[in-house]
Amino acid sequence: MGLKTFIGGVHPFEGKELAENAPIKEILPKGQMVYPLSQHIGAPATPIVAVGDAVKKGQKIAEAGGFVSAPIYASVSGTVKAIEPRRVAVGDKVNSIVIDNDGLFEEVEYTAVADVTALTKEEIINKVKEAGIVGMGGAGFPTHVKLSPKEPEKIEYIIANCAECEPYLTADYRRMLENPEELVAGMKIILQLFDNAKGLFGIENNKPEAIAKMKELVKDEPRMEVVELKTKYPQGGERQLIFACTGRAINSKMLPADAGCIVDNVETIIAVNDAVKNGRPLMKRVATISGDAIENPGNFLYSMGMSYTELVEAAGGFKGQPEKLISGGPMMGFAMFGIDIPMTKTTSSLLCFSKDEVAKYEPINCMNCGRCVDACPEQLIPSRLAKYGDKGLMEDFEAWHGLECIECGSCTYVCPSRRHVAQSIKTMKKQVLAEKRKQSAK
Amino acid sequence: MSELFHVSSAPHVRAKTSTQNVMLWVIIAMLPTACFGIWNFGFRALLLIVATVLSCVASETVYNLIAKKKNTIGDLSAVVTGMILALNFPVTLPIWEAVIGGIVAIIVVKMLFGGLGQNFMNPALGARCFLLIAFTSDMSNFVTDAYSTATPLAELKATNGIIAPWNKYQLTDMFIGTTPGTIGETSVLFLLIGAAILVAAKVISLRIPLAYLGSFAVLMFFFGKRGMTIPEIAATGVDFGTLFTQASTYTLAQLMCGGIMFGAFFMATDYATTPITKKGQILFGICCGVLTFLFRTIGGTPEGVSYAIILSNLMVPLIEKITVPRAFGVVKVKKEGK
Repeated sequence: MGLKTFIGGVHPFEGKELAENAPIKEILPKGQMVYPLSQHIGAPATPIVAVGDAVKKGQKIAEAGGFVSAPIYASVSGTVKAIEPRRVAVGDKVNSIVIDNDGLFEEVEYTAVADVTALTKEEIINKVKEAGIVGMGGAGFPTHVKLSPKEPEKIEYIIANCAECEPYLTADYRRMLENPEELVAGMKIILQLFDNAKGLFGIENNKPEAIAKMKELVKDEPRMEVVELKTKYPQGGERQLIFACTGRAINSKMLPADAGCIVDNVETIIAVNDAVKNGRPLMKRVATISGDAIENPGNFLYSMGMSYTELVEAAGGFKGQPEKLISGGPMMGFAMFGIDIPMTKTTSSLLCFSKDEVAKYEPINCMNCGRCVDACPEQLIPSRLAKYGDKGLMEDFEAWHGLECIECGSCTYVCPSRRHVAQSIKTMKKQVLAEKRKQSAK
Repeated sequence: MSELFHVSSAPHVRAKTSTQNVMLWVIIAMLPTACFGIWNFGFRALLLIVATVLSCVASETVYNLIAKKKNTIGDLSAVVTGMILALNFPVTLPIWEAVIGGIVAIIVVKMLFGGLGQNFMNPALGARCFLLIAFTSDMSNFVTDAYSTATPLAELKATNGIIAPWNKYQLTDMFIGTTPGTIGETSVLFLLIGAAILVAAKVISLRIPLAYLGSFAVLMFFFGKRGMTIPEIAATGVDFGTLFTQASTYTLAQLMCGGIMFGAFFMATDYATTPITKKGQILFGICCGVLTFLFRTIGGTPEGVSYAIILSNLMVPLIEKITVPRAFGVVKVKKEGK
């Protein structure tokens, strides 16, 4: 016992064995590259290249469009072919820079830093900002903003989100096994920014090898600690992780910094190390490709801007005809209607399934059983919120704390009546927030 | 695009438990009690159960046909309603009255309000109360060995608790269930086995049953007809030990006779007609306990479980309103004037 966790949650089928033993392989981009200008939360980046320009690998092609924004770098050498709207994984069309890859990978020079500890706090944050690093767990919140809280001395914990609670995903796990030194080095750099903080690595206990490896590495680091977490979804949810690691609870109106915490994903911390130490901007990351409809499930180091098609090729192609493709995990990921879509900073996986498990389910009446209540990590009454959502009752929705929903999907997962609980809540949340914006604009 | 992929909102996986599974577990949990009832009361009990279940399933099918809706009997909730209702009948009840009960439960109490999960009153209990009023004598005609007799509960009531009913019916009889009563209510032992199945299969939590039985027992112990009331200690000068034994025996008898065990585990835990909030469930259980206590001590009829649960069912919206849980991380809910 003594495993740390949160209240509520579910235990979906893990499916990690498909890809967890596949070492990370790098794939070199072959085809045309597409760089959506919005790969992060905040203002879209502004292109600083024009059609016809020659670009090198590592060259900045778009400038941050504001403070909460991030620049974008070319991950190949070639020529800018177009700047036009392109379809992205979530289904929207986003203005993108299209580059014809010349296959030469001519790279710009990076300025590495010999002694990272000599850098000032401003220099570190600046390097992170310049490198275009965003939260790579999925939200894509610019990391330099996260690292610049109002009162940095009040930050007590930097939590590395190593939970990887989504089924099938193993990218973070492979990173912890293969590049743990970089993860620790990245954490060290972040700790340099916060004098009173401790670095925690929150890892679910279904990854004993990663726990052992990380424990070995941090045993001589007085400011770092590995926290073993119970394997439960959504252990890697930001609020759930903070609660599990520190016992502090935050709500939707608070930032982790309000509880003295900053949470960063494994990839993000590794990227921070690469940016600060080697001066390399964010161009690559690891993604898992898994599921029963892919020939060789595995973990691949890809270059941002590549098409999912190349990832599928690298994994040996489809096995049979897939019925459903998901970008992200099966609990929160997006179902995609095609694979000729660019991979971005927040792409963590592609799951290919020969059967769409949920297609056979027909929702029936809610019988008020309360399983969603037990599963909700935010201690809400999901079935009731969904009802208010379907009926458009905004006041009731807010009174029952509907805006606290983290959209983890646990309620839909457990619903014996197969109702689309989370979907109704998500939709209503958007409406309520839009309404609030409208009112505050008045 | 050459291939078409499925697109849907997350999550893309589901847990295995379905509504049908849940209902199946409830049926399984009622089987021990039902089997005991059949053994105890004879073949006619089985006939009543089958007739009521068939009546419920047929009613739902016919209703769906008339309303041009998809038939919903596959979720097995009609079977559950039928079983609960039949277990609430005395074994002598005419079959046609049982069939009417099934029709009332499904058509009037459940389907007219929108079907599964939408009814505000437990269908089986609604129908039972209807039958109690419509066919009062048939519904309270209890027999053992072909003689009409009073149930332990009725005796407890009639004698004001003074002549100990456990003279005629020992507490052990009540526990095993070889006493007169409705088909499914007599055996505490088999009801507890069923309850254990429900809890083990995670169909019910113990919040409602424990709050119900607990509050009821406490009230009976201190304020029941043979309870440990303070005036009694003062007035009669009976020593504490005797009074304690008397009060606890009386409370145990109250807990084991009548429909309270069946009600607490199988009827007061009905999902649709109980609060969904955890605090609300406890409050609901206490509500049932207090009402059952009042009906049994100062009410006109011996039994009060059905009415207590039904009345509590009606209070559910109010209970939920005052027990909306605070979301994770929300420290204080500011009350703004509406």
